[in-house]
Amino acid sequence: MSMNLKREKTALPVIPTESAGSANLSNLLFGATVVSMLVSLYFIFIYAAEEKTMYAAQKIFYFHVSSAWLAFMAFFVTFLFSILFLIKRKRIYDTYAYVSAEIGVVFTIIVLTTGPIWARSAWNTWWVWEPRLITTLILFFIYIAYIMIRQMDGVWDKKARLAAVFGIIGFADVPIVFFAIRWWQTKFHPIVFGEGPSQKGGGIEDTMLVALLVTITAFTILYSYLLRKGVSFEKMRLSVDQHKEKLRAKMGE
Amino acid sequence: MNLLRTAVLLAKKDLYSELKTKQILVTQIIFAALVIVVFSFAFDPANNTTKAVIPGVIWVIIVFAGILGLNRSFISEQRNDTMQGLLAAPMEAASIYLGKFLANFMMILVVEIISIPFLFLLFDFKFLGSLPYFLIVIFLGSFGFVAIGTFLAALAANSKSSEMLLPLLLFPITTPILIGVVQATRIILTNMEKLASALAWIQLITAYDVIFFVVCFLLIDYVLEV
Amino acid sequence: MIEIKKLTKQADNKLILRGIDLSILKGETVAILGPNGAGKSTLLKVLASLIKPTAGSVKINGLELKKNQLEIKRMLGYLPHSSLLYDHYSPLENLVFFGNIYGATEVEQRAVRLVKEVGLSFFLNEPVKNFSRGMIQRIAIARAIIHEPEVLLLDEPHTGLDQGAISILNNVILSMKGKKTTTLMVTHDFKQAAEICDRIIIMKNGRIADDFYIENQNIGFVSKKYQLQVEGAS
Repeated sequence: MSMNLKREKTALPVIPTESAGSANLSNLLFGATVVSMLVSLYFIFIYAAEEKTMYAAQKIFYFHVSSAWLAFMAFFVTFLFSILFLIKRKRIYDTYAYVSAEIGVVFTIIVLTTGPIWARSAWNTWWVWEPRLITTLILFFIYIAYIMIRQMDGVWDKKARLAAVFGIIGFADVPIVFFAIRWWQTKFHPIVFGEGPSQKGGGIEDTMLVALLVTITAFTILYSYLLRKGVSFEKMRLSVDQHKEKLRAKMGE
Repeated sequence: MNLLRTAVLLAKKDLYSELKTKQILVTQIIFAALVIVVFSFAFDPANNTTKAVIPGVIWVIIVFAGILGLNRSFISEQRNDTMQGLLAAPMEAASIYLGKFLANFMMILVVEIISIPFLFLLFDFKFLGSLPYFLIVIFLGSFGFVAIGTFLAALAANSKSSEMLLPLLLFPITTPILIGVVQATRIILTNMEKLASALAWIQLITAYDVIFFVVCFLLIDYVLEV
Repeated sequence: MIEIKKLTKQADNKLILRGIDLSILKGETVAILGPNGAGKSTLLKVLASLIKPTAGSVKINGLELKKNQLEIKRMLGYLPHSSLLYDHYSPLENLVFFGNIYGATEVEQRAVRLVKEVGLSFFLNEPVKNFSRGMIQRIAIARAIIHEPEVLLLDEPHTGLDQGAISILNNVILSMKGKKTTTLMVTHDFKQAAEICDRIIIMKNGRIADDFYIENQNIGFVSKKYQLQVEGAS
């Protein structure tokens, strides 16, 4: 029995050590995510001052903004890895781009659901046709399209190439979409940071700002954990496919 | 120069083949007419407030009729694998893109020349705005829409269900241009006092056209790569 | 004329070409034989620069395939399984269009002459969509040589042709050979291979299994070699 185990270990020496290293990093990121999330919860619900008119409902603002930040960052990462993929043609870049886009879509959905909840208590309406909301919605559609390109049939490098091209075009489009919509109509959103042209009602209390920054940090760590995990899943799927292919080739011979 | 020469040859080939079969153009024009008829059911043409939706309707026609043509433009090269013939021929991918773009652009212009007067006629719309500005907006808007549309049609042609995929890819990406042209058209047709604002929109559309034409030109190599 | 070194092609973990080394001299007519899935068509597509190789180098006429695509494409005539013809166009229009794309001179006269050569001058101005398989194949070969290529890549040119059409096609290939054109021909037809080719390459599992010259159109020799390599081994 023990002999057998030993032999198995020596037969596959490389893969386990490698995955052990990445597992360590994953665990570390997981721990960091849990801790930072707990800290940010403390900051949101206990440390930060309560908003004057909206009371506790305003707390969703922290999640909303952080998710939006995470979504945009995820798509930026997709954009970067798409460019990298087109230059280097390494599959790993494509995997990163894909996983990041998937995470981005999930968090865009969170933004698009927390947004109306906030809007309901802040502006007494579920949905407003407002630049940032519409931009997020368009962004959502662009990345749904990105994922649909990935679902095409065909060899992976064709799909990866086309998706990378679309990832670049899509991300380049987002700022233009934002400006176009902003020009079109600016009515509701409080401009929290910096000065808005027409809406002076903004500004944020210090405690709230701290809570927001903490939450954003927590979400960034969460993102890197999810990205890491997603990429390792994809890698596992690939290596299973490769083993299957090898087995098939062996049986064929 | 080879790039331009082969692009023109390809565009000529597409247009000439369209002249022979008249499949796409006729479909596009009938479709445009049907859209107008459907709109006349949705918005009563006798009602004065309907005039307000005319600028929007113009672009709905262009976008939907345009998508029909864009869908065909690369799918038609799949019969007998003629796309392989083009790729094996000494022409750059950019040249194929440019040729297809020119053909699609010409076709959408023909659709516009026929369907927009028809729309004005049926809705009894009195043209009060500035005709040159109106033409510029139509031209620039169609240019941008067809430029990015041709590119994404080349991309979507790799999918088996490209007819369904193309609108999903195209509409979100063309949001800025659609907002811009509808706003500019509205101002020019109904409210000439705000011309400055229309000019700002025209600038935005032009910037979009330039940016995306260049980006498409650079990236088409990756799309048509085999 | 054609220099292939350590050419490999991988698609989705599957190795289609596993290291091809091949050099073909100018004016040679080469038949590529082999069972289905041996990578014959893939090899032609790599040469026609329709598929990017995973590794290895291809030189045609001393030019690196990766860097001088336009020059090389101009030298190649490629005929795959499909005809690459536009259905609504007549043979003349098809040939003139492709000739112009290739930048050939006096395209129209040449197109008329080629259509005559493949025996279809009666149908010069009929749309291709009404043609039978054999007629289309003959126009397709005319299309592939409209620009007088120096290298001709044919993928199973004889399938679906009747006896008369086969001899027309062979005549066209032989007349191209007379003009020192290098021809690579993927085929399953030993008889035609023996008849018009002077060199046979047998491919198997993405590798070159055998490579020899034949004389006197010795079909028995070819099938014996083929059986030894392909059927004998399996």
